[in-house]
Amino acid sequence: MKYQTVIGLEVHVQLNTKTKAFCGCSTDFGKAPNSNVCPVCLGFPGSLPVYNREALNSAIKLALAFNCQIQEHTKFDRKNYFYPDLPKNYQISQYDLPLSRNGYLDIFTNDTPKRIGITRVHLEEDAGKLIHEAQASLVDFNRTGIPLLEIVSEPDLNSPQEAFDYLTSLKSIIEYLDVSDCDMEKGSLRCDANISLRIQGAKELGVKTELKNMNSFKGVKDALTFEVQRQTKLLETQEVMLQETRLWDVEQGITVSMRTKEGAKDYRYFPDPDLTVFIIDQAMIAGIKTQLPELPQEKMQRFIKEYGLTEADAKILVSTKNDADFAEQCIREYPGKDKKEMANWIIGPLLSEANLRKVKLHELKLDKKELISLIGFVQRQDISHLSAKNVLSQMIDNGKTAQALIKEGNLQQISNTEELAAVIETVIRENVKSVDDFKAGKTNALMYLVGQVMKKSAGKANPKVVGEIIRRRLS
Amino acid sequence: MELNQFTAHELLAKLKNKEVSAEKILLSLQERIHKTEPKVKAYARVGEVENSAANPSALSLLKGLPITIKDNICTAGLTTECCSKILRGFRPPYDATVISKLKENGATIFALKANMDEFAFGSSCENSYFGPTHNPWDLECVPGGSSGGSAAAVASDEAIWALGSDTGGSIRQPASFCGVVGLKPTYGRVSRFGLIAFASSLDQIGPITKDVQDAAILSGIICGHDPRDSTSVNQEVPDYTKSLTGDIKGLKIGIPKEYFVAGLDTEVKSIIEEAIDKLKTLGAFTDPVSLPHTEYAVPVYYIIATAEASSNLARFDGVQYGYRVASDNLIQMYKMTRAQGFGPEAKRRILLGTFALSHGYYDAYYLRALKVRTLIKQDFDKVFQDFDCIVAPTSPTPAFKIGERAQDPLKMYLSDIYTISVNLAGIPAISIPCGFTKKGLPVGLQIMAKPFNEEMLFRVAHTFEQNTDWHKIKPKL
Amino acid sequence: MSLDKETIKHVAHLARIDLQPSELEKLSEELQKILDFIDKLSALDVDQVKPASHILPISNVLREDKPQVSLTPEMALDNAPDKKGNFFCVPKILE
Repeated sequence: MKYQTVIGLEVHVQLNTKTKAFCGCSTDFGKAPNSNVCPVCLGFPGSLPVYNREALNSAIKLALAFNCQIQEHTKFDRKNYFYPDLPKNYQISQYDLPLSRNGYLDIFTNDTPKRIGITRVHLEEDAGKLIHEAQASLVDFNRTGIPLLEIVSEPDLNSPQEAFDYLTSLKSIIEYLDVSDCDMEKGSLRCDANISLRIQGAKELGVKTELKNMNSFKGVKDALTFEVQRQTKLLETQEVMLQETRLWDVEQGITVSMRTKEGAKDYRYFPDPDLTVFIIDQAMIAGIKTQLPELPQEKMQRFIKEYGLTEADAKILVSTKNDADFAEQCIREYPGKDKKEMANWIIGPLLSEANLRKVKLHELKLDKKELISLIGFVQRQDISHLSAKNVLSQMIDNGKTAQALIKEGNLQQISNTEELAAVIETVIRENVKSVDDFKAGKTNALMYLVGQVMKKSAGKANPKVVGEIIRRRLS
Repeated sequence: MELNQFTAHELLAKLKNKEVSAEKILLSLQERIHKTEPKVKAYARVGEVENSAANPSALSLLKGLPITIKDNICTAGLTTECCSKILRGFRPPYDATVISKLKENGATIFALKANMDEFAFGSSCENSYFGPTHNPWDLECVPGGSSGGSAAAVASDEAIWALGSDTGGSIRQPASFCGVVGLKPTYGRVSRFGLIAFASSLDQIGPITKDVQDAAILSGIICGHDPRDSTSVNQEVPDYTKSLTGDIKGLKIGIPKEYFVAGLDTEVKSIIEEAIDKLKTLGAFTDPVSLPHTEYAVPVYYIIATAEASSNLARFDGVQYGYRVASDNLIQMYKMTRAQGFGPEAKRRILLGTFALSHGYYDAYYLRALKVRTLIKQDFDKVFQDFDCIVAPTSPTPAFKIGERAQDPLKMYLSDIYTISVNLAGIPAISIPCGFTKKGLPVGLQIMAKPFNEEMLFRVAHTFEQNTDWHKIKPKL
Repeated sequence: MSLDKETIKHVAHLARIDLQPSELEKLSEELQKILDFIDKLSALDVDQVKPASHILPISNVLREDKPQVSLTPEMALDNAPDKKGNFFCVPKILE
């Protein structure tokens, strides 16, 4: 590659507090227009903001989880601009003294770890919603004033895939913290991207494009991929690149220039005189640290150490907190010494059952004790692995016990030599050529013979035992 | 004497003894307004009838006594327009915290709201959308501003007492011009919730009354912590009437030399000096002190106050309430609404404030102003290490003629030269009547104290008042 | 600091105030006078001074995360110059 891609992401996350940032209005989603509003979030003359303690708490949690330095002295500023979704025509945000700076987030792209810098995490408030009709635009202020965090990354991301992995990792951590729903479709997580290209090894950054209007992580990746191609082409043909904002058009799969007449923005930031400063001392930070849950990275390391899992397996298990908790409960309750057995069951059959049913692992209707019981049957070679998978599926469907299902399906493996002998004799008789082949040293022939026995026993024969008998019989 | 001429505490005594009823007091006010309002024009929207239900409860502190409210304090269901066209017809769906407190204590909120300079932008009450208020002592003069309506109403007995707001002198200067008592409490002492903001870091609501005792009573009601105002301080409110001891023996009073320089009217100067002598004879010690950054107060103020105002007033855009010029283009709707809805002074201040915050000028203007504000506050901190209070004129001149300064904004701004520092420092100050010019215009004495030491102001002001008769003289209307 | 008419026009645009040519003329004169007066601040050395963005020594004022009664949509929209159903109405925004 001749060019290096440089991407920085700006993520907005709605905090899941009960009330808005500066007033007691509910943050419930999907209410009738302008029903979750009061003089404060409507910016009525004379109204004043008071910040939500829980929002500050959540914000500090998030900043700490992203390894940021919490600033001892922080304040709110006003960002002034006119827009109908902004009732005061300024947004309460943070400018020169943000809540936190200098954090990082570790991501894995193609199993290679990389540390992505986080410039800052700051507090602000959400704007309202606009609905554009033929003649007019309609304004709903229900969303106005919901507490937001802006998480700004360093331009450390070098491919659309890395951007995607960053978002996945970011979302995973935020879900662990339980401070936001992180639902891009509902708008509780939004992402804008800055992207530029430069010749490999160059120090100067290229002309950047700001990308907006992506509605999913995939959308972010697709828009960035398109933009890499577009910018590469412009650079190759030495055309003039403009610093501009472009909108992702998901239907057409292209980015379109957002032509604005406004010149450079002048937000006239200044300290909001209606709000006091915040002094966040070490004691407060220490207190909040104790509220932090174990985060995905830590959990992964612990799973490896405590349960002897491989890094790849542990990584899959910790991707969401609820699934990780579910997996850990299963692993803990599993009486076997080799915890990997259980992990394999979760990552293999269980996960595919969940995917099939389009639910999360922990949402599967499954009694852990029964899962353990089922694995026991397999380990005692009472049933085949194949049968066990079918039993698992049925257990989830109808909630019956493993034992009942094995009995019902008559799935008990036949490991009894005498019972198997007759079938084996028949197979030997009917497959003279394969018997000769085996005797001539072709080991594959044994597999074939075992297969035939399995077939005749309707899959119940224990293939290991069958193999041994045949081997003995023919040697 | 008519009922409307009494002070609030006198009427409260009469109400307590059942000599009068709240309804009778209201009636006497209405009669007075009928007679003198055409001359004084202390109220906004006089022609429009609005409900003001009397709130008489024999057990309550205020027993239904009516109070006049400045047009920038939100009163649920009562039109509140800041005397601006842009807020035309605005009826707030809520009461300001001070209004709730007054109602809880049994006050009747007078339905007519007091006239003011549009959005409190002014020192003369000439910048009202409803036209100027006239000074009851000389109808050709301004009543001061921006709480000119409140002060003129109290001075002309068209109100028993009133609330104003003070951002750079807007209570004290009109109190001085109209010969009444006006207090600007410590920043954070009175909730600003429901006060339509001019400059959030400077605004305070305060009483305008006929004497110091009334100011102490009213302060006791409106002061106190409000969880809805982040800048409201959680500190106990003392019983201010206990400060009315009549004794100032041994108090140390600072006389700032920067307040007695060129620009101070000679007649005002000698009246203030007499007042200071009076305080000495009453047992106080006085010494000259210095507030060296006084000359920078006006420029600092006109940056900070206009910057905050430019942002506070951005919400008046024709979307949710008030006046709107119809247009099918959004930006045009904004621009025309604001061009036609704001008066010239409002536009001037919004533009000045927008400029001070704009890219490339922030550091040179706004940031620098914040720094000088620190220096101004430090000047006061230093003096209050050694002195109990500071005494100075409230205004460099008595009331001036209507129209005299209207064409010269800068000259108008300098009217507030003695009151602005107090707001910048966040300290409390009171203006009380201390004499009259030869032409019969009142002059106000300003007393300033440490933050949250309103008690000192009441003590000194009350002692002076009890030993003089200036507050008893009424204008002839 | 001199204030030219272009700057005033730009500032008026930021503040969303339409200015008539005569107003622009008058305002630029008045604002220039005020700025000249304000410029006396530049004489002070304030390098070592902390800005007083908040005059009160209070900090960390917060409210509990407890829902409170909101306005009904009718009350919220009662003062609106233009509304449609439960919505505030503005001229169509052209993106």
